[in-house]
This record gives sequence, C-alpha cells and structure tokens, in this order.
Amino acid sequence: MADIAAPSSIATMGDRRSSLHKLMQRKSTIAFLMALPLILLILILVAYPAGYAVYLATLNKGMTRFVGFGNFEFLFGRDTFWLVVYQSCLFAITAVIFKAIIGFVVAHFVHNIPSKGQRKWRGMLLVPWVIPPAMSTLAWLWLFDPSYSAINYLLAPLGIDRIPWTGEAGWARFSVILVNVWIGAPFFMIMYLAALKSVPDQLYEAAAIDGATWWQRIWYVTLPMMRNIIAITALFSLIVTFANFDIVRVLTAGGPLNSTHIFGTWAFRVGIEGGDIPLGASVSLFMVPILAVAAAFILRDITKRGSEV
Amino acid sequence: MANTAVADASVRPAYGSMSRDRRWALRWSYFFLVLFAIFFLMPPIYMLITSLKTSQEISAAGNPWWIYNPTLANYAELLTQNHYLIFFRNSAVVSVCVVAVTMLISVIAAFALARMKFWGSATLATGVFMTYLIPETLLFIPLFKMFAWVNDTFGIQLMNHWWTLIILYPTLTVPFCTWIMIGYFASIPKELDEAALIDGATWTQTLTKIFIPVALPGIIAATIFAFTVSWAQFLYPLAFTTSTTELVLPVGIITTLIKGDVFNWGQIMTGALLGAAPPLIIYAFLMDYYIAGLTAGATKG
Amino acid sequence: MAQVTLRKIVKKYDEVLAVRGIDLDIVDKEFIVLVGPSGCGKSTTLRMIAGLEEISGGDIAIGGHVVNDVPPKDRDIAMVFQNYALYPHMNVYENMSFGLKLKKTPKDEIDRRVKQAAQILDITELLDRKPKQLSGGQRQRVAMGRAIVRDPKVFLFDEPLSNLDAKLRVQMRTEIKKVHQKVRTTTVYVTHDQIEAMTLADRVVVMNAGLIEQVGTPNELYHTPATKFVAGFIGSPAMNFIPCQLEQAAGALNLRLSDKLSFPVPADRTARYASHVGKANLVLGLRPEHIAETRRHAEANQHDFDMMIDVDEPMGMETMVYFTIAGADICGRVNPNAGATAGKVMKLRADLSNMHLIDDGTGKVL
Repeated sequence: MADIAAPSSIATMGDRRSSLHKLMQRKSTIAFLMALPLILLILILVAYPAGYAVYLATLNKGMTRFVGFGNFEFLFGRDTFWLVVYQSCLFAITAVIFKAIIGFVVAHFVHNIPSKGQRKWRGMLLVPWVIPPAMSTLAWLWLFDPSYSAINYLLAPLGIDRIPWTGEAGWARFSVILVNVWIGAPFFMIMYLAALKSVPDQLYEAAAIDGATWWQRIWYVTLPMMRNIIAITALFSLIVTFANFDIVRVLTAGGPLNSTHIFGTWAFRVGIEGGDIPLGASVSLFMVPILAVAAAFILRDITKRGSEV
Repeated sequence: MANTAVADASVRPAYGSMSRDRRWALRWSYFFLVLFAIFFLMPPIYMLITSLKTSQEISAAGNPWWIYNPTLANYAELLTQNHYLIFFRNSAVVSVCVVAVTMLISVIAAFALARMKFWGSATLATGVFMTYLIPETLLFIPLFKMFAWVNDTFGIQLMNHWWTLIILYPTLTVPFCTWIMIGYFASIPKELDEAALIDGATWTQTLTKIFIPVALPGIIAATIFAFTVSWAQFLYPLAFTTSTTELVLPVGIITTLIKGDVFNWGQIMTGALLGAAPPLIIYAFLMDYYIAGLTAGATKG
Repeated sequence: MAQVTLRKIVKKYDEVLAVRGIDLDIVDKEFIVLVGPSGCGKSTTLRMIAGLEEISGGDIAIGGHVVNDVPPKDRDIAMVFQNYALYPHMNVYENMSFGLKLKKTPKDEIDRRVKQAAQILDITELLDRKPKQLSGGQRQRVAMGRAIVRDPKVFLFDEPLSNLDAKLRVQMRTEIKKVHQKVRTTTVYVTHDQIEAMTLADRVVVMNAGLIEQVGTPNELYHTPATKFVAGFIGSPAMNFIPCQLEQAAGALNLRLSDKLSFPVPADRTARYASHVGKANLVLGLRPEHIAETRRHAEANQHDFDMMIDVDEPMGMETMVYFTIAGADICGRVNPNAGATAGKVMKLRADLSNMHLIDDGTGKVL
C-alpha cells in the first residue's frame, strides 16, 4: 500500500527539493486513497439516500408525478400524524429524563461501594444494554402478556388489579417508556460512572474540609464536573430514543389504535407495509429537525473540547 | 477523608459517627443496588425460566416465576429445527463479514485521518461523526427504493438476500468505529511514528507493526461494537428480507415463531435467549473492552 | 567521516518563519548542543536534519552528501526523543532491534549489536522487559541503546533529559557524555537547559528567534559572549545588566551607574570603549560572582561600594545577595560568613576586569 521510501541513492544537486516534496504530496494522495472506502460508503449509502429521501418525499404514491409539498400537506391534515409527533416527543423526552435520573442514581450507588465489588455490580447492571433490543423486548412482551403477565401475578397480592400493559393507550405508552428506560439507563450509568471516576478525590476532600454536606458535594462538585458527559450522553440518547424502531415494533407494533406509533414505526407501516414509499419518506424526514438540533449541540461540544486540548 | 490520627479524645465520637454514617450509606447503597439489579435482570431471568417450561405449564394457572417440571424440550426442538439454525447461521455469517469489512475500512481510514492529513481530512473526520448520528430509521426507505432501482437497471436482485445486509450494516458500524479509532490513534504520541520513520518503517509497516498493536484495546472495543450492532440490527432485515431462508435471528424469531395469534412462548423465549447469548458471552469475557468502547465515543476525539 | 553542514536553512510554517537562515558546520565526532528558549527554532532545526520536517530553503549535507530530499531512514541518523518514543508493545530487545530488522540485517549480527549496545549502557538484564516496566532513567538508556545499535553517522537528541527528575538528569547527563566518549559519533543535541549545554558540548550553538546568536565552546560563551542575549542566557544566576553611561575622565574612562556610584573602566579596555563615550543605551554586564564581599587587599580593577541589601539567600557554599542600583535588580555572590543581612548596608566589591559593555540598541557586546 504505502511505501514512501524514495530511492535510497542520494539525490543529485540538479533535481533536489523535488523528491522529498513529492514524497509529502504522495503521502497525502495515499492517505486519501486509504480513506476512500470510507468516503464512498458515506456518500453512496448515507449521504445519497438522505438526499434521495427528500426527492422521494415530493412524489405521488406511484412515484410517477411530482407533487411538491403534497405529501406534507396530506400528513398535516391527518390526526394520526399529529399523534405520532406527540408520541415521538413524549417517549423521547420522558425516557431520556428517567434514564438520566436512574443512571445517575445507580452510578452513585455503584461508586459508593468498595471498589473491588464495583466490577461485579457494573457487569450485572449493564446486561439490559448488551441484549439485542428486539430480543429483550420480546421478554417484556411476555412479561406484559394480557392473560399470563408475570408482573401482574406479582402485583396481585398487593391488591393491584390486572393491568392491561399493552392493551390500553395510556398503559401501552407507559410500557414503551418503561422498556426504553430499562434498556437505556445502564448506558447512562456506565457513562456517569466513568465520569465519576474522573473527578479527582482532592476536590471532594477540599469540599469536605469546607464543610459541604453530601448533597452539596454532589451539587457543587460532582454535577459541574460531569456536566459535559451528562449533556452529551443525554443528547446521544435523545437521538437514539427519538429514532427508535425495535421496541415499539415488537412491543405494540404501534397499537392500540396507533397510540404508540413513532416516526420510525409509522414510516415503516406507511412506506414498506403500506407501499406508499413517498409518504413513508416524508414521515421519516420529520425526524430531521430534532435530530439536527441535537447533533449540532453534540458537535459544538466535541469541537469545543477539541480546541481545549 | 479518613481522619486517621485523632489524638484528642473529644474528637472520637465524631469520628465514630462519621464511620457509622458511612456504614449506613453503604447498606443503603447495597439495598438499592439489589433493587435495581432485580429490575434490570428480571426480563432475561424470566426468559430463562420460561425457556425451561413445557407449553402446558406455561398456559397453566400456577406461579409463573417457578418451574415445576423443568425441561430442555424447547432447546432440543429449536436446535433441531432447520429454520432456527439457518437464522443463526445467517446472523453469524453476516456479523462476521460486517465486522471484517468494518474494521478493514475504519482502521485504515482512521489511520489516514489521524496521522497522514490530507486536504479536507478534518472536515471528513467531522463528517464521519455526523454520519454516526443519522439513524437507520431515516435511511431505510430511500435505500429500499435505491435497491429496487439497482434491480431494475442492472438486474441485480439485492432484495431478500441475507448478504444484502453485509452492504447495509457497515453504514451503522463504520462511522462509529472510525471515530473511536481516530481517537485511539490520535492518543499515540507523534514521536512513535517518527521513531518508526527513522527506523525505516514504511507507512504500511508503521500501521501494522506499531499502530495496530499499540491501539489493540481500541481495535477490540471497535470490533465488539461492530459485532453487537450487526447482531442486534432489526429494522434493515425486517425491511429487506422476507423468505425464511434469508432471515437473521431477531427477525426470524419474531416472524416464524409467532404464527398468527399463536405465541409459542416457550420457544420464543428460548430463541431469544439463544439469540442474546453471543453478545452476552462476548460481554462476559471482554467486559472491560466493551465498556471502553461504549465510553470512548463521548470521551475520545 | 560524518560532518554535518547546514547552509542558509530556512523553515516556514504558513508564512511564519521558524528558522530564518542558519549556517552551521559540525565537525566529525563533535558533540554540538543547540540551546535556546522555547520557540527559538532549535528543535525544528534538529528535525530538519533528521528529515522529519521538509526544509523550506537552503541545504543540509551529512557526510558531504546533500540530503535535502533523502527520507529519514536513508540519512543514516538515529534520534532520541524527549518522551523516548519506545514502542510500548515491544520489549527492550525488540525496541532496539526494530530498525535493524526492517533493514533485513542478519539475525546474529542484530544479536551481536544489541548485546554490545546493552553492555555499553548497562541494560543487559533489562532486554526482555517492556517499556512500561522500566523507570525513567532506564527508558532513557533504552532510547539511547536503540540509537547506538544502528551505528549511525549522526546521533540526534531532542531534549532527552527534560522528562527526568533533577537528580536523574545530572546522572544521565554524565552517562550521555560517557557514551559519546566511547562511541565517538557526531552528535547534535537540543536542550533549553544551558547547564546541560555547557556540561555536554564540545561547542554550543545559542539560538534565538530562528537565528544563531553565537557558536563557541562553553568557556568562550561564558567569558566572551557576543550578544546581550547570550550573556544573559548562559550562566546561572544570570548576568546582571545595569544601565550606565561612559564618561571621559582625565585620560581614563569612567562608568557611571548612578549619581552616587561610578567605577573607572579597566585601563586595558579604554581603547576598545573610547568611541562609545556619551552614547545612550549602554549597559554594564557583570556576573554575580564578580560582585563579592570586600576582602583586605583589592586587586587591579576591583572597586568597593556600600549597598543596602534587600534580600539574602544562603545557599550553603555561598550566599546570594540582592539589591538595586538605579532601579535595576542586581545579584551578588558573597561568602556565607561575610555577614550579609537583609535591610543592612554591606560593603561589596565589584571586579570590573570581567565586565562587559553592551550596546542595548543593537544587543551586541562591545
């Protein structure tokens, strides 16, 4: 591939300055060639489809005619669409908040215990993140089964009547959020734990000497030191939850009565299963604004950190 | 914080109460950790419980958390059933190929981006990261249409073949792997490649003999990431493959074990548990690399 | 023969001149030290000799061949880096033999050379350890070993001791000198530490702002600096600079430091300084050791004066005293038993036979 070794004979006075320079130029050509597969992959399989989606969204169902904003106008007029917008935002925001809180609390507990036991606990608590979501959601679906729900069995002695986990709009939404939190909280926990470990002990000691209570120590030392990690983890998670597909698809398939559909699943229903590709593309394009905002924040954070180094 | 040398007797009680506080804090920590562990481990454990039951027992009215007649029938049935083995094989072949393609592309590109610098390389590095943030739910419809167009134009049928997934999955794995490899490579001191240069190493030798061995933990982390992502991917196979022989595990379990309204939960849970096993086994053995890969995305670069 | 010649070397980084045309002849077997403050272009110069940086202008020749376009590996050089740059995944033996292996040197030849170098550096028992298991000083030795086994024409050292603690630094300094006496390879050594430069070098090259200020043996630089920069950079504590005026006084010259304080210029320098009488921007340069306590007999050109001491710093072997003359902070070096006390007036003696007169406008020593 890349052999920059120039001829080992000493260059003559005549063409000097040329070959080392050429070498440097060749180096950047080689570097470009080394990155070419990556560039092609991004252009053909990511950038082009993203642009193509915009074009598709302007066609009619048979993809024979340009309809401009017709698909979007159609969507704006449909109640289901607004339901999908509402649910996507609701799921993403609530799930991220609960993931963040649970992750933070659990990370603190793990950080609290003697360090030789931490590895074991950390290993156990990350399991939900490791299992493929489609598989673990199946387990939840079974736990939520209308007639054999093992959770309802546990709740019965507490006097709680059978809960229609996936059968009723409110509970179905709750279930989707619950599974989202179950899968995502361990990720937050791991990120926070890494951040907690990077806070120097001297800071806590200094705060303790200054008379800070444990609560003040978290508020004035831990949180400010972890602000960056918290922000970036939450933004990542927001993107992932917002653009989720697996959980809703397996758990409720959008039901009951579209009350759990989100952009990803509804686009699949309309575009692939319903055969209206342009309309599906239009639906998924509505994710772009929120994703772009989150991505811009992440990028700002990353470049800021890059310039600090 | 430990106050070790306390000479004054009057300070002792304070010291004692502090350590009692700590003991209580520790007890509460363990208490809540156990609660959270129960919550986090409940579904996989319930998967295991169900997988060891007969279908009669599953539909009986007894305690669902207890196995009265443990049986391996579900496992035996599933592992002798052709479909399931095909799904497993498809998943394995796809994941291994995707890992190979991903690592080849991303390690070489990351080396070029981190070390060799060319016109636009900084922009490309940022672009790689942006690509990682584009979810598959945004791309599957245009890709679906593109593949149909390829079939119409070149007569190559990309739809409904398991190997199509080898083309699709790298869009999910390559950007992130490149990104964390750039981070790992950038953390290698510049003098190391200069020393190699003086020692007479070519760029290829610098990459294979210095960078890859030194960044091995990063490469392992990236490999694990690529594997788990391709193993778990659900949307692409659901959209792009339909025949039973072309399915991968997640889709295969859901489409073939659920027949209409009939849920054979014993087999579904067995299938899901076996499907979750490879990532779990890798995780059990390489937990530190796995976690390093998870945190690298946000802390490196 | 491995002399190194630099001719009008220029390095430009996007319109910023890091090295602004330097000429230097390094003789075979010589130990040359490039010294200067950070950003003076010394490391850039070294890296250009190594071939790690392209040169923007001029010529570099090693052993009589122009090597401007020769890649590093074919320049027959070896380099020791500041952070040692040992390959972390290879043991000491592999680190040292990596270059030879790439050159396809026969195995037994590699083995012989590595063992020999290890013996010179006394690291034979470390050969199968990884860099992580070594102390700073041992890593330093291995980095040198890696350079020695290649038996190059030129050794290049880029601040090799600055990652070590003070004590080890002194020890390794001696070590490097010993190794050079054993292998006698032409050496170019970069440091910002003037003591390192003085103790190691056959000749020292003082660089400042991309240019060479002065080239000379350590003693030449210390006793006859060519510029104010060199005078102030070499020697610790640094030379005192006192603004002064040169006055004509009855066939002799008089150096006026303040209204109250003036000294006669040594007779052997009158002719040299005569033309500068009455000039503005003159500065007297006098090293701290030439301001001492008064002893019974004054020799020629030694003059006593009374001074209020601001701070005294006992160092054990001597005591440093600080005071001000006409707003300039001055440091003197007195006997610990001379009774220097802060806040008290003390009788001091200036030895002007070692004075330097500097034109602050041009920066040249007159």
